Amino acid sequence: MSTAILSVRNLTVSFDGFRAVDDLNLVVQRDELRCVIGPNGAGKTTLLDMVCGKTKPTRGSIVFKNLELNRMGEYEITRAGVGRKFQNPSVYEDLAVLENLEISYPEQRGVIGSLFFRRTAELRARIEDVAHQVYLADYLDIKAGLLSHGQKQWLEIGMLLMQEPELMLLDEPVAGMSPREREQTAELLKRIAPGRCVMVIEHDMAFVKMIAHKVTVLHQGRLLAEGSMDEIQKDERVIDVYLGH
Amino acid sequence: MLRLGNKFGILSIIALAVLLLVVLPNVLDPFRLNLVSKYLVFAVVGVGIVLVWGYAGILSLGQGIFFGLGGYLMAMFLKLEASAPELPDFMIWSSTETLPWWWEPYHSLTFTALSILIVPSVLAFVLSYAIFRKRVSGVYFAIITLALALTMTVLLVGQQGYTGGANGITDFRTLAGMSIISEEGKRVLYFVQVLFLFAVMGIATAIVRSRVGKILIAIRDREDRVRFSGYDTALFKAFVFTVGALFASIGGALYSVQVGLITPTLVGAVASIELVIYVAVGGRMSIIGAVYGALLVGWSKSIISENFPTVWLFFIGGLFIVITMFLPFGLAGLFARFSGKPGNNVVKARAGEGVRSATGSVAAADGKGSAG
Repeated sequence: MSTAILSVRNLTVSFDGFRAVDDLNLVVQRDELRCVIGPNGAGKTTLLDMVCGKTKPTRGSIVFKNLELNRMGEYEITRAGVGRKFQNPSVYEDLAVLENLEISYPEQRGVIGSLFFRRTAELRARIEDVAHQVYLADYLDIKAGLLSHGQKQWLEIGMLLMQEPELMLLDEPVAGMSPREREQTAELLKRIAPGRCVMVIEHDMAFVKMIAHKVTVLHQGRLLAEGSMDEIQKDERVIDVYLGH
Repeated sequence: MLRLGNKFGILSIIALAVLLLVVLPNVLDPFRLNLVSKYLVFAVVGVGIVLVWGYAGILSLGQGIFFGLGGYLMAMFLKLEASAPELPDFMIWSSTETLPWWWEPYHSLTFTALSILIVPSVLAFVLSYAIFRKRVSGVYFAIITLALALTMTVLLVGQQGYTGGANGITDFRTLAGMSIISEEGKRVLYFVQVLFLFAVMGIATAIVRSRVGKILIAIRDREDRVRFSGYDTALFKAFVFTVGALFASIGGALYSVQVGLITPTLVGAVASIELVIYVAVGGRMSIIGAVYGALLVGWSKSIISENFPTVWLFFIGGLFIVITMFLPFGLAGLFARFSGKPGNNVVKARAGEGVRSATGSVAAADGKGSAG
């Protein structure tokens, strides 16, 4: 338990009486690559929204390291070390790839600091390193809006890497990618998981199989099953509500 | 987005400097040069609007508030100097017998100058930070600023004994002893205004080129995402809004000195919207474009109103509609499109969505804010 990086307890959120997430308990360890699966409306994205501060829970607690995230603003949670990638790739389309990565660099994030921010050689090297990791080394000066869908997904992962988060929340990172790109993304995620914790929401079971250490299955806002991919695939309840379809 | 190349940027600055410092003062008669002086004042305000609207995507229809604040604060000093040792005439007419206490410090030019810089900035920051923290943006923010501009006009008109009412404050003669109504004085003021304009352009350029400029663009495109990059976006928006207010206030103060009066009509909703039009015509993403926009619209306004005194406002309205529909990035966008500058492919690509992006980053702030 000492290596738990995120623990979610009795987490509940309701929208107009509808419980999108209902009394959920979850613990994620350091170095872990956790996949969250489940049918549409299972509460997967809502769970990530609550962890990163986009949605406030109705009840329950989310503890990251020793911080209770419930009462913190989005930017404070980010500064504490939680990075979030959204379902639709959210990159700054009017800025170059390089600038997208630079903005994500976790220093001088105040107004005054940003006014006098200078791009050092060290930062430049770091940006190039991250760009290389996310397969965008040749695209640094291209406007992000001109990238393909898959490349935008990578760029957003790269932006998270710049932030050096200890917890990365990735919502459908391979949506809209070709099989080859999916393989590259799987390699990327396996490469970056050590030293931090990566939580991935994904529908593509082949992809989940490639990367997951442990799988959490949600159904109607509740935890349905948790275990290794093999265990999950044999679980009758999971086959019933999700895999069987 | 439009970012003109460095070399090109310097060339266009030099061209503007030559035009304003050499060509116009030598070609124009004093009356016309005086008019240009007035347009330059609006250009100073316009540069601020480029930052606020063009870069950060915050449409303010209340820049007149800050223009008016700067203008009235300056006017208080000028009026006291012009009427000394008597009370200002409008106070006597309204049977105000002693000078209100808050007028007293405006005997001092230093105090006046400081208050022109500080009062609007503090007001703008407190107000906008409170609003942005509540995540009010887009159309709603525009409506709030519009309402404030109207309120300010009502307030100024209603408090005749303190503000000169509907007539405003008029009839200034000297600024710290220097005549501001003689031809020579006006000529000096013209060059002072050019100086202020270039200073403001310099500050704006520095902001745009710093990381703040990029963050502002990022906020305009996806404010949500910027929060998840670890920035307090409300603070950045409040900062740029404050800079815009400061520039507007400086513009207002220059106006009072140069034109020799300040009235509630320069503060209200119509005046505020007109300021936005200058920037839309010049190009809301281009600092220098805003300057040319102010010069050109100001100039055509003068020409048209001289020739068609009854219908000139329709021309201005029509101009805004045409620009909004066909030139979302204004004259600067048009220029970039035909001069093969890097980055203009984006301008072309976005021209299609012109109406939405020009009339409001409004839509952007609302629509994209909920993405993800």
